[in-house]
Amino acid sequence: MGIIDFIFYVSAALVLGSATVVVTSRNPVRSALALVLTFLASASIWMLAYAEFLALILILVYVGAVMTLFLFVIMMLDIDVVTTRQRFVRYAPLVIAMGVILTGLLLLALKPDYFVFAHLQSAVDYGLSYSNTAELGKILYTEYVLAFEVAAVLLLVAIIAAVSLAHRKPRDCKTQQPVAQMMVDPKQRIRLVKPERK
Amino acid sequence: MIPLTHFLVVSAILFSLSLVGVMLNRKNIILVLMCIELMLLAVNTNFIAFAHYLGDLSGQIFVFFILTVAAAEAAIGLAIVVLLFRNRGSIDVDQMNQLKG
Repeated sequence: MGIIDFIFYVSAALVLGSATVVVTSRNPVRSALALVLTFLASASIWMLAYAEFLALILILVYVGAVMTLFLFVIMMLDIDVVTTRQRFVRYAPLVIAMGVILTGLLLLALKPDYFVFAHLQSAVDYGLSYSNTAELGKILYTEYVLAFEVAAVLLLVAIIAAVSLAHRKPRDCKTQQPVAQMMVDPKQRIRLVKPERK
Repeated sequence: MIPLTHFLVVSAILFSLSLVGVMLNRKNIILVLMCIELMLLAVNTNFIAFAHYLGDLSGQIFVFFILTVAAAEAAIGLAIVVLLFRNRGSIDVDQMNQLKG
């Protein structure tokens, strides 16, 4: 067993183990941290499949941004850990049976008798000068440029949606109203009266 | 060399595990969102394994876009969770029956 195989199987065990912790942990913070470990281990699996750019993006975007967001929200909301687990036991046997059946079906589909790609060997042995990022960029900016633009618009929409959902207008707070200040007329401010002469 | 099937086995088990997680953690919608992220990770691993073994980079492009959509989904989902907690005081999926659907 070479070093590559060793790294793959260790990472796979790490992925499955920490995913189990995510699913079964009682504490949401612990599940979030286990999810970080899952992302890191699967980034190393992606590395072994020559997807260097996406592996690094997974670490930067998911571990760096999305999981931080999750942790922020978990800590911001004051969730009662005990009451979140009342329903856990009742459904558990049925749910686990469904999970086992689904796994069995998915693995059955991978049997070499049915699965066309079962004996596929690794397609190309890339040389040292191969750059995954450059190759990805070449087809991303030519063949898939429209999808790329749509994805950019989607992110903009997501920003606007998230801000407008979570934004709260300031209450009990005195603010200036520049328009009213600009449109003021001298007649509203001062009234000249002529004193009557007795 | 690692056979393609082993990548697929890992992602199949990961997918089933996260589906079990979605159904088990009905009391906490944040954990449901995390399990959805795990599902997307399993799917992405499938895409990347096939992209490598078939020698076609389109699979990796697809993963790129899935990551984009998943990031947007997480941001909007968490914003909705914050709003829900502010209005209802709980993030229990079973208590979201206001619409009586």
